[in-house]
Amino acid sequence: MKKTLTLLLAGALGLATFAGCSSDDAASSNTIKIGINYELSGPVATYGQASLDGIKMAMEEINAAGGIKGKKIELKEYDNKSEPAEATTLATKLMTSDKVVAVLGPATSGNFKATIPIATKDKVPVISGSATADDVTVDDKGVKEYAFRTCFNDSFQGNAMANFASKKLNKTKAVMIVDSSSDYSKGLAENFKKTFTANGGTIVGEEAYVTKDTEFNPILTRIKNQDFDVIYLPGYYNEAGKIIKQARALQITAPVLGGDGFDSPVLLEQAGASALNDVYFTNHYSSLDQDPKVVKFIADFKAKYNSEPNAFHALGYDTMKFLADAIGRASAVDGESIKTALAETKDFSAVTGTFSVDGNHNPVKAIVVIGLKDGQQATSEKIES
Amino acid sequence: MQELIQQLINGLSLGSIYALIALGYTMVYGIIQLINFAHGDVYMVGAYVGYFCMARAHLGFFTSLVIAMLVCTVLGVVIERVAYKPLRNSTRIAVLITAIGVSLLLEYGMMFFVGPEVRAYPPMPGFMEASYNIGGVIIRAQQLLIIGISLILMIGLQYIVRRTKVGKAMRAVSQDADAARLMGINVDNTISLTFALGSALAGAAGVLVGVYYNSIDPLMGILPGLKAFVAAVLGGIGLIPGALIGGYVIGAVETLVAGYGFSMYKDAVVFAILIAVLMVKPTGLLGKNVREKV
Repeated sequence: MKKTLTLLLAGALGLATFAGCSSDDAASSNTIKIGINYELSGPVATYGQASLDGIKMAMEEINAAGGIKGKKIELKEYDNKSEPAEATTLATKLMTSDKVVAVLGPATSGNFKATIPIATKDKVPVISGSATADDVTVDDKGVKEYAFRTCFNDSFQGNAMANFASKKLNKTKAVMIVDSSSDYSKGLAENFKKTFTANGGTIVGEEAYVTKDTEFNPILTRIKNQDFDVIYLPGYYNEAGKIIKQARALQITAPVLGGDGFDSPVLLEQAGASALNDVYFTNHYSSLDQDPKVVKFIADFKAKYNSEPNAFHALGYDTMKFLADAIGRASAVDGESIKTALAETKDFSAVTGTFSVDGNHNPVKAIVVIGLKDGQQATSEKIES
Repeated sequence: MQELIQQLINGLSLGSIYALIALGYTMVYGIIQLINFAHGDVYMVGAYVGYFCMARAHLGFFTSLVIAMLVCTVLGVVIERVAYKPLRNSTRIAVLITAIGVSLLLEYGMMFFVGPEVRAYPPMPGFMEASYNIGGVIIRAQQLLIIGISLILMIGLQYIVRRTKVGKAMRAVSQDADAARLMGINVDNTISLTFALGSALAGAAGVLVGVYYNSIDPLMGILPGLKAFVAAVLGGIGLIPGALIGGYVIGAVETLVAGYGFSMYKDAVVFAILIAVLMVKPTGLLGKNVREKV
């Protein structure tokens, strides 16, 4: 009896699955389906949520203007829980069962890289707005055909910050605090070190931690007794915020430099306003920018979400627009044609700066160094690539 | 020298937290020979109760601390009555597996209600953000607070266990539950009381950690819980003074390992201590004194 029931249930489930498929196929004729594979929960959730807010805003603008090639965009949203394994599963699901023409996300390099083999196999382009690791779009085997991004890469980011430290701040002795469990953090540190030493500076100390650590007093106490004048802290906001708070409490007053991983409101919550002085980080865009495109984006964003957009909002917005632009130029609405169109993008005007896609699928664009005062963005400086 | 003193102060703060959690492990083990793996999650619940008291209800620090301890007390007793009491006569492994189940229930139950993201504690009043520079060694008010509150709670616990009638009952049950029952002691209530006391301490540790590190999440109890368990084993599981010593030793070792350039190995060293203790002296540092257990 039990066996029959199981069989019946299995049959019903199978039927339900098929039914789901057929209704999806019917809808696909008048919309363009785009997959969303973002970190909507987990340790880097604010990146994913911010990117998605930007994407949705861009999608609404595009749909309100009549869509692309007369078709509206339809998003298929999933949460990868900030885990590479989950991101891979979702990429497969989006490409094979939801039949999307392109996937946006994930936001972080590690998660994004996990989805690229699937993209290459299924011939569906994947685009990240914020995966900055160097080997995301290109490795020893050459450029990854189906992987694109709208942000600069880590070597550019590390170099720019090293130049800022030695040329603008006139610092010569740096300590690095690196998240040894993150490709992003290690990549930035490596490039910072290379350029900083080439500029005549020395790295006097290197400390390591892992994501989710909370106690940094031991490594900070160790650093405190060394002779240094600047700290490079390429990490994500949760740990970076705690490290800055604990460092300032130990009366370490040297400037703290970081990367785009600092760009989250959580940094302020974690560190507290009084600790966030003399803190600088490289970023994709600054809300202090007076460019009319940026001013309009900020005004529209505020009207829709009633809050200040950060770089991830801007990058999410740009990523959707970048994809829409390519679909518009593509010879057909399928993964292969869209990939070709994306690679051919020239002088695309985005909120985070005008860019062209180079042979390694990297956008060639400017970088911004943002300075914080009492937790608020106070200065911004553009560095061209 | 100055650096060593600074590191020891860091270690003392961390060790106080481990000691508070380890006390709960050790008391429960002492009385029913159960490793209560849900204990680290009671600490997590304490941190969240403190958060909601301070951030949402805008209560003061000490009020929030007391409320968190009370909520955890109730939670500890409920866990004992619902999950462990029906298994009183089952095998030890059955109870242990139930403990892991309760642990997962608390973690993912909390995640369901409050979401998985990391939360920051609200800013603390000025007197708690102060720090004192004594001959180059920086002592923060929060560190003094953690060490002070932990010591007061531990002294209070010692008083209850050593000087009161219920404490006497606890010691009796831990020595021989059947004999204690024959003497007219209500064994079930005594066991519940043990859970209540241990959980209250864990709740206090949760709030203190929230204030100190300024961040809490639903899975925050796993690692400190395991390390506190190592502390309890190191001191001699079942022994209250052992949990104190173990907590402070683990806190100091972890800080010194990280502070002298091996921050990648600090967790590994703690668990290596567990293996070493189990191989060399399974009864722990104070293990000879079997009759003292509670």
